[in-house]
Amino acid sequence: MDRVSIQTDDFDLGAEVAAVRAGDAGVGAVATFVGTVRDRNDGSAVSGMELEHYPGMTERAIEAMIDEARRRFDIRAARVVHRVGPLRPGDQIVLVAVTSAHRGQAFQACEFLMDYLKTQAPFWKKEATPEGARWVDARVADDAALARWGIQANNA
Amino acid sequence: MKVQVRYFASLREALGSAETVDVPAGTTLGALRDLLLDRGGRHAEALARGRAVRCALDQTMSDESAVLRDGAEVAFFPPVTGG
Repeated sequence: MDRVSIQTDDFDLGAEVAAVRAGDAGVGAVATFVGTVRDRNDGSAVSGMELEHYPGMTERAIEAMIDEARRRFDIRAARVVHRVGPLRPGDQIVLVAVTSAHRGQAFQACEFLMDYLKTQAPFWKKEATPEGARWVDARVADDAALARWGIQANNA
Repeated sequence: MKVQVRYFASLREALGSAETVDVPAGTTLGALRDLLLDRGGRHAEALARGRAVRCALDQTMSDESAVLRDGAEVAFFPPVTGG
């Protein structure tokens, strides 16, 4: 199974979890995070968004993040799915799934991968609001989240 | 030497998806940004020093001190907002 998928199609959480732990009886914990599209952001109603990425670099960047997660945490497998293209409120955007023997490492690696992805993976959101379409601003809080892991981010 | 410059998100809307640029050997990412700024017009606006512009060299996040080689793939883009 690929560790990273960038796709326009939706994903099935159950199928992804089954696949990431398939054939590994040493797995005792699966931690997952699913990000979804909100209907409000920065004080405006959001009716939809368009996600752009940098083909090639995005996949490489996330592969490198998974390598780093494997160095830092005692995990058995990890998978990241990120959607691109047009999305609507309520749609799933991103999945991070991590397996490990015990829950602690899976929880930590899952959060680490999300914090890393938010500031270092080349994706850009453009949201549709009643005032018109606008590019979403990066958040300083996301840089701070990565800094907790000892990694300096200068994204926002 | 020639490098390929790619733009994403708001920079792509302003400057197009990609262009090939002639630069002297030893040019850094920052010097390339300055060279593009010096063209004025849309480049000067989109890449202005006061704006948050991130860059990548050969598909790896890089800072402006990185030195380009012939045939390099450079990208300029706004702060990333995935997840």
